[in-house]
Amino acid sequence: MQQRHEVSHGELFRGFNKIALSGFGGVMSWARQTVVEERGWLSSEEFTSLFGLCQFMPGPNTLNLAVCIGARFQGATGALVSLFGLLCVPFLIIVCFGALYGEFGEIPAVQAMLRGIAAVAAGLMLAMGLRMAADLARRPLLLVFSALILVGVVFLGWPLPALMAGLAPLSMWLAARRYLRGS
Amino acid sequence: MSVIVEITVRFAMLSLLAFGGASTVLPELHRLAVESHHWMSDATFAHLVAISQATPGPNSIIFTLVGWHVAGLAGALAATLAMCAPSSLLIFIFMRFWDKIRGTRWHGIIQTGIAPLAIGLVLASGCIITRGADGSWGTRALTAATVLTVLNSRLNPLWLIGVGALLGLAGLV
Repeated sequence: MQQRHEVSHGELFRGFNKIALSGFGGVMSWARQTVVEERGWLSSEEFTSLFGLCQFMPGPNTLNLAVCIGARFQGATGALVSLFGLLCVPFLIIVCFGALYGEFGEIPAVQAMLRGIAAVAAGLMLAMGLRMAADLARRPLLLVFSALILVGVVFLGWPLPALMAGLAPLSMWLAARRYLRGS
Repeated sequence: MSVIVEITVRFAMLSLLAFGGASTVLPELHRLAVESHHWMSDATFAHLVAISQATPGPNSIIFTLVGWHVAGLAGALAATLAMCAPSSLLIFIFMRFWDKIRGTRWHGIIQTGIAPLAIGLVLASGCIITRGADGSWGTRALTAATVLTVLNSRLNPLWLIGVGALLGLAGLV
């Protein structure tokens, strides 16, 4: 990818700081709006390509995006500044809330409120998983692997590294067979 | 092994396993924090996830919060660094090859092969938090209502989180 220099370190920091603070429970949808529509750092196609890369590679998606965009404009220091912009204020906020929880977490009203939020958070995750599963509905056989890893993690409590090492090659093999047949 | 070293090593591993984002390694974070190290109870883990969802920032900030809860400021810093450094370094090196790999058969095979595992893990995250949120019928009904609302509308999740907080405070779940 060509390195360009029209976005400075300061702009990267401010941009990612804004992205981090405008989203609750994940910020990816805000990232596109800020980077493409508001600031015009990337075209829509460039963003889609980079987003594909960030989903393809392991690691938190938004952090990956900060590294890619920062590096694209300002190299390694750009990547660092973007990560810092994304994480420093959320870090301070979450540490404050962590301290409050340590102090007041035992109070029944606090526990009740967090129980309600946790129930909603669980629902948000289940809904996201179901949406992702719907995207894969054309290849239902692959969803067997979703079920296997779900059972392994939730009911058997097996460690993730072992489950991934066992299931990912099989899942990719199945994906490859269908891929080569062109279906 | 000191707890800081333990956090650093374990979370760095999770950073490299998080195919599909931070939510996919939440179950493993739960296994480490609750089951193998007994750093916190099931309910506390669910509370920390709730806090991380209700504050602004990337999803991955839950690692920072777990680090803080276990070992204070040093724990929070170690957790944050361990969660970002390995995957960031990897993608920084890999991104220059992306244009060559994108759209090839290998890209398709790996992406299609990983997708069902990411789906299973995101669903597992939801199940584990449901379990930690004490499992009364009220909380289960709220979780189910959230799923239905999200799948059938484009409401900002922040509203749902607010409703969850109020129902909790009112003692209804």
